Amino acid sequence: MDLFGSFLRKFSKSKASIEDLEEFRQILISSDIGVKICDEIIDLVKRERSDTVLSAITSALKSKLTTSLRSINLSSDGPTVILIVGVNGTGKTTSAAKLANYFTKAGKRVLLVAADTFRAAAVDQLQTWGQRIGVEVLSGSNDSDPAAIAFDGAKRARDEGFDFLIVDTAGRLHTKSNLMDELAKIQRVIEKVTPVNEILFVLDGTTGQNGIKQAKTFATSVNLTGIMVTKLDGSTKGGIAIATEAALQIPLKFVGSGEALEDLVPFDADGYISELLT
Amino acid sequence: MFESLSSKLSDLLGSLRKKGRITPDDVESTCQELRIALLEADVASSVTESFVERIRSRSLERLPEIRQSTNQSEEIYSIIKQELIAILGGQGRRIRYAKTGPTIIMLAGLQGSGKTTLAGKMARFLKEEGNTPLLVAADLQRPNAVTQLQVLADSIPVPIFAPQVGNGIGDPVEVAKSAITYAQEKVHNVVIVDTAGRLGIDSELMQQASSIRQAINPHEVLFVVDAMIGQDALTTSMAFLEGVGFDGVVLTKLDGDAKAGAALSIVEVTGKPILFTSSGEKLTDFDYFYPERMASRILGLGDIATLAEQAKKALDGDSAKRLEEKFVSGQEFTLEDFLEQLGAMKKMGSVTKLLGLLPGANSAAMKKQMDSIDDIELVRSQAIVQSMTPDERRDPKILNGSRRARIARGSGRSVTEVNSLVDRFSAAQKVMKQVRSGGGLPPGMALPAGVSLPVAAQKSSPRTAPKKKSRSGNPAKRAAQEGR
Repeated sequence: MDLFGSFLRKFSKSKASIEDLEEFRQILISSDIGVKICDEIIDLVKRERSDTVLSAITSALKSKLTTSLRSINLSSDGPTVILIVGVNGTGKTTSAAKLANYFTKAGKRVLLVAADTFRAAAVDQLQTWGQRIGVEVLSGSNDSDPAAIAFDGAKRARDEGFDFLIVDTAGRLHTKSNLMDELAKIQRVIEKVTPVNEILFVLDGTTGQNGIKQAKTFATSVNLTGIMVTKLDGSTKGGIAIATEAALQIPLKFVGSGEALEDLVPFDADGYISELLT
Repeated sequence: MFESLSSKLSDLLGSLRKKGRITPDDVESTCQELRIALLEADVASSVTESFVERIRSRSLERLPEIRQSTNQSEEIYSIIKQELIAILGGQGRRIRYAKTGPTIIMLAGLQGSGKTTLAGKMARFLKEEGNTPLLVAADLQRPNAVTQLQVLADSIPVPIFAPQVGNGIGDPVEVAKSAITYAQEKVHNVVIVDTAGRLGIDSELMQQASSIRQAINPHEVLFVVDAMIGQDALTTSMAFLEGVGFDGVVLTKLDGDAKAGAALSIVEVTGKPILFTSSGEKLTDFDYFYPERMASRILGLGDIATLAEQAKKALDGDSAKRLEEKFVSGQEFTLEDFLEQLGAMKKMGSVTKLLGLLPGANSAAMKKQMDSIDDIELVRSQAIVQSMTPDERRDPKILNGSRRARIARGSGRSVTEVNSLVDRFSAAQKVMKQVRSGGGLPPGMALPAGVSLPVAAQKSSPRTAPKKKSRSGNPAKRAAQEGR
């Protein structure tokens, strides 16, 4: 971030030299935004006619983002169902809890479903979170079929009039096709009861270029509707989140930035870019 | 793992191969491509620059000599490989055991890098090597990290020291300290301490890790890194090195398709070697790190050494010997032996993973084949053979229609499946006979494992059978021919 700051002070002038652009390129690359998109942005900056290089950079970055809505797709009838998916260790369970907390604070009734029956104690982890927030957590025994638990959750959420149903799924490496199929099954089974409104892909902000591949593979199994980027409070610049949104044209919806329940905010493109650049 | 890096480099060297003579311009363009390939593999940009620079100068320096060679692209290839091995840590390092008292291993790393799972895998691995590890639950931060470790410990099983329930309560430094005393009393020779994950800049947790370190003075502090990490690997690993300090690195989640370029960056920048790799969801998916093998893998040469080792480990000495004797003495290979091999196969890990170690496993065609293989087939085959009577296992010829129907019912499979297993088994038997008539076998050769591969891999899917049969049939034949 500091690099960006000092760099951009230099860039409030109107024209960038070739050295300046090369420096900018280095900075973009070290943010994990990727070589390809980085080159595209530099090209845009070169062509862009703006008052300052800064505004050229901002608009070049923005032009890569999707124009889709960043708000949660709410259900018009029955519970809004949100499925949380992603590879191992990106922070799905924590994000599910934070999201539940976010909606609870807004006065909504939330039901959490622990459909991660694979990782040892994942169910307990979500239950502990549930107690802290005061949200009910539905779970099966270990080794039970995650789709069955999700189905039960969907029925309860519909019958008992919950506003939100948040389903935490097991982390799976996108290279395991059988596990990816299981995910599709969870979606299918829930949809026998009520439509799934959001499938949020949880992306670890420290991930490198593999993030795009992860998201692409997940998108072939289930219909991803948004991205949640986590762990952005480290030294991470999270360029991969931008790169992933740009590659898939799926909007970033939430940013998780810390260990407290409140550390979850809706993604704000302008704020994010200006923070990236100051 | 390293796949895209591999395929990029393969493409690059392939285009070089088409050229007869390599010019300085070729070296330049190769270096440019290499640079992009490394950056896309998440190798930190500073590391990329210095790596590419070394390749460039080494190649240009040796260009006159290279141009004398008949296979010039091969020479460039080997320069890249040597540099890779050098970065990855040359010889590779093992755990440094304490001379007296328990060897204390402390795990530290970012959140979600896989520390707790890794602690379990490492305990299992070290136990297998004849140690008496104790797991210590000192991650009192993440909800139910203690429970998770407990479950892992029970399933191995190894003893665990977990006096605190965690979830934010309790003092991890105290836990770690008393764990060491406990280990000394109970005479454990290895103590593995799982600590809370932290974010690079979180000074409080960093301080906690550092306090644990000071309190127990570990022999090895291992920094656990997710193979998928991006450019931040540099900042994070330096922050850990300065804030906590570590002696070695463990790379996790290598079974994904991450290019794991971060591994290169971390080793290069911190100067600490990678000790272990972890690559899957099973407790057995854990091994030492071999720089040489990893370099081969990056360059798309496959990893035969690992495969051979796993085969050897899976069949315990006795049964391997028995099978070998049986084979040499000309006795019939029976379904009972087959059953034993199936058990061994299961111990070796999934068929897909094994195939991934073969040369060319990174190609798209091979990937497709691997995707269609279902490890569950092993279990099914086992069920079918287990539903046979001892007589039937010894002599499958007596299997008539009603026997087959009974076996199908007993194993919950269809008669067709029983038939095809029996057919494939007799085909394998025939192959064995041919191999045997082809000549004797050298003593100590890892025959059973080599032979077990064709039989088991073949049954995975009828569609992929022909290809696999011809390929995996080869090691046995080849070995036999070499033995002549």
